[in-house]
Amino acid sequence: MAIAFHDETFRNDYTYRNSDEGVRRFPFPFGQDEYMYSVNIEPHAGGAPGSVYEHAFDIDEHYVSECRDRAITLERDPGRCESLPHMIDAEWDVLELIMTSLARDYPDHFRLRQDGTHWHWINLPLGIEQSFVFGDAATLPYPPFEYITRQTQGDFVILDQRDGDLWADSGMITQQADWSLTFDVGMSFKEWHGPVPRAHEIGVFDRALKYLLMLQLGKPVRRLNWTMTVNPRLDTAPETYPEWGQDRASVTPDNVAKKVHLRVELQTLFRLPRSNGVLFSIRGYLASVGDLARYPRWGKRLHRVLRDLPQDLAEYKGLVRYKPTVVAWLSQQDDGAALEVGTHPE
Amino acid sequence: MLSLPLPGGIRRNPYSLVGDPHDRRKWRIAVRRQEQSRGGSAWLHESAREGQPLKVSMPANLFPMARLARHHILIAGGIGVTPIVSHARELARLGHSFEVHYAHRAPEFGVLVDELRQLAGGDVYCYVASRNEMLDFRQLLAERPLGTHAYLCGPQGMVENFHQVARDMGWPDTHVHSERFLAPPPGEAFAVKLARSGREVAVPGDQSMLEALEAAGAEPPFLCRGGACGQCETEVIACDSAFQHNDLFLSQPERDSGRKIMPCVSRIAGGCITINL
Repeated sequence: MAIAFHDETFRNDYTYRNSDEGVRRFPFPFGQDEYMYSVNIEPHAGGAPGSVYEHAFDIDEHYVSECRDRAITLERDPGRCESLPHMIDAEWDVLELIMTSLARDYPDHFRLRQDGTHWHWINLPLGIEQSFVFGDAATLPYPPFEYITRQTQGDFVILDQRDGDLWADSGMITQQADWSLTFDVGMSFKEWHGPVPRAHEIGVFDRALKYLLMLQLGKPVRRLNWTMTVNPRLDTAPETYPEWGQDRASVTPDNVAKKVHLRVELQTLFRLPRSNGVLFSIRGYLASVGDLARYPRWGKRLHRVLRDLPQDLAEYKGLVRYKPTVVAWLSQQDDGAALEVGTHPE
Repeated sequence: MLSLPLPGGIRRNPYSLVGDPHDRRKWRIAVRRQEQSRGGSAWLHESAREGQPLKVSMPANLFPMARLARHHILIAGGIGVTPIVSHARELARLGHSFEVHYAHRAPEFGVLVDELRQLAGGDVYCYVASRNEMLDFRQLLAERPLGTHAYLCGPQGMVENFHQVARDMGWPDTHVHSERFLAPPPGEAFAVKLARSGREVAVPGDQSMLEALEAAGAEPPFLCRGGACGQCETEVIACDSAFQHNDLFLSQPERDSGRKIMPCVSRIAGGCITINL
């Protein structure tokens, strides 16, 4: 089925909007009234038709505009894409995984012809057609990892597995929740998770690392993570903080429903076949608080989670300044009725 | 992992891929016929026929290469040569510095030597027991430059000796590699009693407790299926056998209490366990 791609912006005039279907399929992350870190990892083995879990890599109505926003960010700061020299085989693994997945899952939009090492790739939404030799980086206009992730929604890190650890040795990061690839590249699993409060103490990272070291080919896994963003902005990096940090002070009771967005990351991890690396995909979804509250269950639950969120988590996620305004608005939607467990909208 | 249709039932045996990983059309394995075969290697040598479809799982890398090493020492014992050939092929393709040491019983057991020589040229050293040639780890591992990694695939005793010598000589554990096991090994069959329904479920040796419960129509909670998330934590009411905890979740006191088990990866050594489900 053909997707109707939006023409919209994630900066300046912020014309980003979700369709009704876009809101309904939003991966709302709160199944209960309280939130705390856990190893909430499960097999990424498909999902309901139309859901964000259906395919290996979810392509939605924002695809074309998101790729355009990534190109703008890379133009301004090429350092948002980095890859250490020993990762070249992993780069090709990622290109193969994404191309074969998209061509299989979205045949109306992507096509791949493989004749030995001679490959022919067609990306209809972006108007790209490319013949190249698999394994020969000189036959592509960009290095393989940059080439394919310029054409895929979401951020990506490739982890190298060695010394009983996972090392963030490649990344395409243009829509991050305030962390810097230039700072983190080359770090180990616990190093790049260093700033996360509480989770170290309750052993979340010990268990998650051991689990991921055993990740198997053909058995990808997924989890959700979340934060909030003022305006539907993708580029909330430390490098551009002066451009967006002040927006946190712009939230008022009148604009909160449209201005503040819940930002959910569908994080998926895939073992790579030849390099033995792990692809970590961070696929972000944005929905305004007002759009989410159109489903009363979601409005009430989001109210309770934010109201009771521990202060250190709120600080880590950068919500402190405007959270009271969000909670006050959402409290008008919450009659206090008990909600059944689960993330479903209705 | 190949599923072999033996007369006594399906046997699942793991084999090392020795082919070119960039060839997407075929997977290649080498199987030595074991004299005391439990059926797998004898079946492949005698009964398997060209054109016969066999069920194959996705490959798993139990013996990864350290991509930042400055020099690689690859050591094979007997049929343990199979993953060593794959490493040699990869290192040759990458143009990295490496050498191969291959110990085997007699010249006729030196399978794949020609292939190794094509990949590593003069840096292939054979140790043939019938000629009284012995591989001395102490000599092999001495005076190596920093950044050297050593890999061994061979019989269990050889692997243990290799690690012991390397440790004694001050090699860091991170630079000494042998095959590791990914999933907890299958175990013995046992029985699970479900206290709430009074039902009893048999868990075969090659199935996890969670899988057996699901197959029996019970709906135990689960999430990660790898012993990390804690979702399937189950209360134990009674157990007449020893626990085999393979999870990453339960603390030592919880294990010692005998009151908890994670059915996705853990089991008991035969007998019967009663759980609160």
